[in-house]
Amino acid sequence: MQDIPVIELNDVSKIYPLLSGDVVALDHLSIRIDRGEFVAIMGPSGSGKSTLLNQIGGLDVPTSGVLKITGKNIRHMSDIELTDLRLNAIGYIFQKFNLIPLLTAYENVEYPYILKHRDNDTTGRVSRLLADVGIDRKMAEHKPAELSGGQQQRVAVARALVNDPDILLCDEPTGNLDTKTGGQIMDMLTDLNRQGRTVIIVTHDPLVGERAERIIRIKDGKVEGS
Amino acid sequence: MKKDIILQLSVRSIRLNFLRSVLAAIGIVIGVVAIASMGMMGANMTMSVTEQLSAMANVLVVKADTGGGGGFFGGGPGESSGTISKKTSSSSVSTKDYITKSEFDDLLRAAGKYGTVYPLYQTSDKIQVGDNQGRAAIYGMREDDMASVLIVDQGELPKSAGSVVVGPTLADRQGLTLGSRITIGDATKNESVQKFRVVGILKQKGMSMDLNSDNGIIMPEKSYVGIVGGMEQYDQVNVIVSDIKNINTTKSAITDQLNRKKNVVSIQDSSRMLESITSTVGTLTTFVMAIAGISLLVAAISIFNVMMMSVTERIREIGILRSIGTQKSEIRRMFLYEAIILGLVGAGIGAIMSVILGWLVVLAMVGTTDYFFTYQSLIYVPVSMTIGIAICIFSGVYPAWRAANLDPIEALRAE
Ligand SMILES: Nc1ncnc2c1ncn2[C@@H]1O[C@H](COP(=O)(O)OP(=O)(O)OP(=O)(O)O)[C@@H](O)[C@H]1O
Ligand SMILES: [Mg+2]
Repeated sequence: MQDIPVIELNDVSKIYPLLSGDVVALDHLSIRIDRGEFVAIMGPSGSGKSTLLNQIGGLDVPTSGVLKITGKNIRHMSDIELTDLRLNAIGYIFQKFNLIPLLTAYENVEYPYILKHRDNDTTGRVSRLLADVGIDRKMAEHKPAELSGGQQQRVAVARALVNDPDILLCDEPTGNLDTKTGGQIMDMLTDLNRQGRTVIIVTHDPLVGERAERIIRIKDGKVEGS
Repeated sequence: MKKDIILQLSVRSIRLNFLRSVLAAIGIVIGVVAIASMGMMGANMTMSVTEQLSAMANVLVVKADTGGGGGFFGGGPGESSGTISKKTSSSSVSTKDYITKSEFDDLLRAAGKYGTVYPLYQTSDKIQVGDNQGRAAIYGMREDDMASVLIVDQGELPKSAGSVVVGPTLADRQGLTLGSRITIGDATKNESVQKFRVVGILKQKGMSMDLNSDNGIIMPEKSYVGIVGGMEQYDQVNVIVSDIKNINTTKSAITDQLNRKKNVVSIQDSSRMLESITSTVGTLTTFVMAIAGISLLVAAISIFNVMMMSVTERIREIGILRSIGTQKSEIRRMFLYEAIILGLVGAGIGAIMSVILGWLVVLAMVGTTDYFFTYQSLIYVPVSMTIGIAICIFSGVYPAWRAANLDPIEALRAE
């Protein structure tokens, strides 16, 4: 039933040329992820998980190899198309939250919505998402700098979901959360996966990994055990 | 309501870095004010000078052509600053420096229908009023001409041989009143010395080409010839053209009449003087505005600096914006908005201030604000505003371009 994979990496390498020598962050990786899968990417620190997610998210272009997102080779996509992809098709929860410091929590979540719809959110979607991740109205008026790490994390989750993306990329989404809130976020992601979305989650936490259908283990930029 | 989130971000960035933005805007304010007020000063000066000069633009001064062409301002009484040399009619025709009666008649025939034509004798000589000694321009005029050309403020025009009228400036300087006596001539140089009685003081006339009466003594032809000599050897003939549109027609009529074979007379009109003064004022204005332009350049650099700092400080933010789907063009727009807002605010305040400051500058430098609220003067407000805003946008282009072309991943890694 799954004809075209959502994500397809073929012999993908990412090399960072540094003065002290090249850093091979991804080393001839081949991965295939189908529509609707719930995949966990695990591996030690510095193994290239975030780098991999950046390639999948259309933020970065591999040094070599072919990366296809929903069947399209990203090398043949323009910057405008890639940006559109990030806005509409991909929800990205960053390891470092990456909230916009000038905007309040509410506005941070609303921002991609406005970029997409060219209008404010009048459907109440932003408020609903914020409530779902446990950010109350008062807190929603705060700037990111006035929020705790866990609160920022939750705002980042809400923002990733606001444009109802097909693919969710999550880099340590529960890393800054207590078990309870972390569990709530995982419940949300599992729910979204059940609704048919592809969820790719990077994690250290074996408990989080267990909730995924499939675990891809990475070490030194290579897929382990495959 | 459509909300431009990109504009919102620009506004917030400006608010967040308020002091820095204010300083940049002040640069633009100063630049705009400098350009506008200098421009307005120039425009007002030009208009005021032109107005003053065109009051005399209807005058043609005809002199004997001595071959040298004759200077513009040199034609006044100061030219023969030496002692009075009695004119001799025996001097050869080719070097004569006066206009003869028959030439005058030709002139009258040619130009009479366009306005008033009158001959004038002029020299300058030593005068004495009481114990005060000095020099003054002395003019001789025919009595009919006096009646039509001169305007008396006090007293009357001279009727008898021993009486004169004087200009108000001279009267002031020498303390002359009606009935004062003036001695004309230099006894130490063996000249005939004569006493005259002041019977009239003229109305202030201002700068003029034909007859600088403000500073002169004017006497009837007979009296003049009595001390200087040279009956009907006129130093110059003035043509006051009634309709300024006929200036050139009159000029060519005179040329046709008198200068057909050879140049007998030279004709001066005020247009060249007018042109040269206007262009001098113009050059001055351009120069001053160029200096003012430098202040705009400085403003441009400070805007550029602020924008570059804004880009550098917000690299991470730019990375975030890009990574969640903001297009390059939107990032560019964000920074251009910032520049435009600074430019608009700066230029707006600058416009208001330049009207106030410009008014003061014009009052101080030109002496009159009669022309301030005219199109030619006030046009400098929108002009300098436009320049200010344009410079802001221009200095924002590169930083905006830089910001938009940052690599999102690199930008995200920035701290
Ligand atoms: N922009 C870059 N320039 C140079 N080296 C880089 C760059 N980005 C990543 N690397 C290197 O690539 C390797 C993989 O980094 P990456 O961030 O993908 O690790 P990670 O698996 O996400 O680690 P963590 O679990 O700690 O987040 C690291 O050795 C890192 O130093
Ligand atoms: Mg990482």
